[in-house]
Amino acid sequence: MTTAQIEPTAALAELRDSKAERVTIVLLSGDLDKAMAAFIIATGAAAMGMQVTVFFTFWGLNTIRKKGASSSASDWLRRMFGLLNKGGADTLPLSRFHFWGLGTKMMQVVMRQNRMPGVPELMQMALDLGVRFIACTTTMGLMGITKDTLIDGVDQFAGVTTYLAEAKQGSVNLFI
Amino acid sequence: MIQADVKLDTLGYFCPMPIILTSKKIKELTMGQVLEVVSDDEGIKKDMPAWCETTGHQMVGLEEEQSSSKRIYKAFVKKAK
Repeated sequence: MTTAQIEPTAALAELRDSKAERVTIVLLSGDLDKAMAAFIIATGAAAMGMQVTVFFTFWGLNTIRKKGASSSASDWLRRMFGLLNKGGADTLPLSRFHFWGLGTKMMQVVMRQNRMPGVPELMQMALDLGVRFIACTTTMGLMGITKDTLIDGVDQFAGVTTYLAEAKQGSVNLFI
Repeated sequence: MIQADVKLDTLGYFCPMPIILTSKKIKELTMGQVLEVVSDDEGIKKDMPAWCETTGHQMVGLEEEQSSSKRIYKAFVKKAK
């Protein structure tokens, strides 16, 4: 057994970040349209020089999971759930008119035709602009999602207190 | 090694339970006493400092213990208000 000392104030570095304007977004949905809204606002705010944090919880975690990543839980109930609940930003369903994937494909074609970036591109843009991604540890545990099945760039894991401490200082706090 | 006055075991609990149990427990302490919160939820690494920052208590230490099968965290909170 090894014990490591962690500097507790290190976790507060971002919270004490001097940028005046803060935006927090809770992404609970795993739908393509809603994830798009979240990342458009996140990239827009970051481009305006605001400090943006996106918290991923429940279905929202699917957007930051690697494609096809299933549950790594040891019990069969969560493994079954993992089989049904596939991750991947480019496989998100539409919240309406999904039509077993047909509606979503159509939407993706329309988006491409209109030179609109998809969710994976928007997410990469957000990361490049310095938007912070935080994954909810509780839902990760519930769904049997492990760190190694999340995309690169997601390196922060926290819970409700971290979100609230940030939202308290936020001028724009959204729940999508 | 930080010496704690009171120990709180929250093993097996996910967020927000460790924080809720902490907020209850800290009321039983007297000013200046240190509470040790033991948790296996990784979120506590960020959540406990954030909770202390918001409530005005003092975070005096954070330890990560790695054994063969699992990882546990020990957060030391000093009652400061």
